[in-house]
Amino acid sequence: MSEMKFKTLVGLEIHAELATASKMFCGCTTTYGGDVNTHCCPICLGLPGTLPVVNKRAIEFAIQTGLAFNAKIAKKSKMDRKNYFYPDLVKAFQISQYDMPLCEHGHVDIETASGKKRIGIERIHIEEDTGKSLHAEDGSSLLDYNRCGVPLIEIVTLPDMSSAEEAGAFLELLKSTLEYIEVSDCKMEQGSLRCDVNVNVVSEDGTVKSNIAEIKNLNSFKAAMKAIEFETKRHIELLERGENTLKETRRWDDAKNETFHMRTKEFVQDYRYFPEPDIVDFEIDADWIERLELELPELPEARKHRFISAYGIPEYDAGVLTSTRQMADYFETLVNSVGDGKLASNWIMTELMRRLKDEGLELGALRFTVEQFAELIAMVKDGTLNQNAAKKVFRRLFEEGGEPKAIVEAEGLVQTSDTGLIKDTVDSVLSANPQSVEDYKNGKDRAFGFLVGQVMKASKGKANPQVVNELLAEALKNL
Amino acid sequence: MAITIKDVEHVAKLARLEFEENEILAFTEKLDAIVGYVEMLNAVDVENVDPTYHVLPVKNRFREDEIQASLERDAVLTNAPDRRGGCFRVPRVVE
Repeated sequence: MSEMKFKTLVGLEIHAELATASKMFCGCTTTYGGDVNTHCCPICLGLPGTLPVVNKRAIEFAIQTGLAFNAKIAKKSKMDRKNYFYPDLVKAFQISQYDMPLCEHGHVDIETASGKKRIGIERIHIEEDTGKSLHAEDGSSLLDYNRCGVPLIEIVTLPDMSSAEEAGAFLELLKSTLEYIEVSDCKMEQGSLRCDVNVNVVSEDGTVKSNIAEIKNLNSFKAAMKAIEFETKRHIELLERGENTLKETRRWDDAKNETFHMRTKEFVQDYRYFPEPDIVDFEIDADWIERLELELPELPEARKHRFISAYGIPEYDAGVLTSTRQMADYFETLVNSVGDGKLASNWIMTELMRRLKDEGLELGALRFTVEQFAELIAMVKDGTLNQNAAKKVFRRLFEEGGEPKAIVEAEGLVQTSDTGLIKDTVDSVLSANPQSVEDYKNGKDRAFGFLVGQVMKASKGKANPQVVNELLAEALKNL
Repeated sequence: MAITIKDVEHVAKLARLEFEENEILAFTEKLDAIVGYVEMLNAVDVENVDPTYHVLPVKNRFREDEIQASLERDAVLTNAPDRRGGCFRVPRVVE
């Protein structure tokens, strides 16, 4: 049995809070945070005698999500009651969707090590979020209902992913797509994007398989990936010992890097779903869908291909630049000012992204404007600055902000292409380094690089390296 | 009998209700009678009829996505049996 090979099957359930201004069934704000229990009204508190009225925008966001994931949009749909008792649910039922979700049968293609892979989306439905409970030390629970009634979409995939990496790639694509179409801000740290993982393993011949475990409490994509790895190993080990996993819900412990038992799923939970009597049916006609489709922006995949063909940048770079809409927008604004896609891409991909990553900063927190960045790049393009000087200016911009031109002047960084001046420097460097000249003549190419470096140094980094190269080569030839 | 004692016990458990044995027997009979009465509908041919989720001839009742004032917190907590730090305080429930 130990020689048996196993395949991992991963399915995901993602909840995303929709970026509406008001809640799903009432006019309370959906703003995150705020003093506890100040974003509540009789409707979202589930007080007797109140009636929910559906936020049209929430339905539209769900439909747009379906369109972005190539799903079939239901012509007819309805809300249902899901009944269960938990104090974060004021009405003792959640208004959700059961058998007629807004969207079904979608798919999306992810990039994997072995090429493109299609991941099926089983359904996308809409529901209301619950409140938040805080467990106090004295054994009581404290409830804040600010989040109660915020519209959510639940996205359920087919078990089409076969590794942690594939699940990670799917989640990244999902997040960037939801951000692109602006239906959710996807802030995992604020709980506006949450993900549960279903995982089991099957032997390659299909004869042996483990029971599906559901993993909750995954607060980052990294945690989701680590949990999948942990579970895969656990499932295989149990099967190899001739045992099996329990059909259970497990929790991820981020500190210990492992999952632990939460509850068994021996019985299918009975939520006694029934059609929500207080909300009439939805009929979604082709005109409405078409209008929503027209509202959609260019999606990441399409934008990536346009970047490749329109700006002549490599596929990898285009992928990185389109990974978030914010970055893609930033790039395009920069290109519009700079007029050179490759140059703009290079500056973002190297200097900007490296510093952003090092400092853990977001684009929105930059100390300089995209116009100022463009001004800097323009000075490289027109030869005012050489690469080294430009990097110095960038460092100042990134750390302190300011006007690029003023920084260049203050630091005396303007590149000199004055051949007379450079020629003098070349001559003095040659006479000061006879050994290197000798080495060069004996065929040691490295000596040339050394001499270039000396000329650059003597010019305090201001000399145009290309001119230095030319003049130095010429001078050596004439020696 | 369409409704069994087991069904009643199950539904009671889901609704977090506790009954004496004789009550469960009584409910089984009553519910069975009700379900039996509704079963008369099975005689109707509904082959080409869509399920009726609502009797109202109304569809797509929506509101625009506009914010309206919420309640003051004191009003929110008016009916709270217990409160602390602006929150509803309840016995701890752990899943």
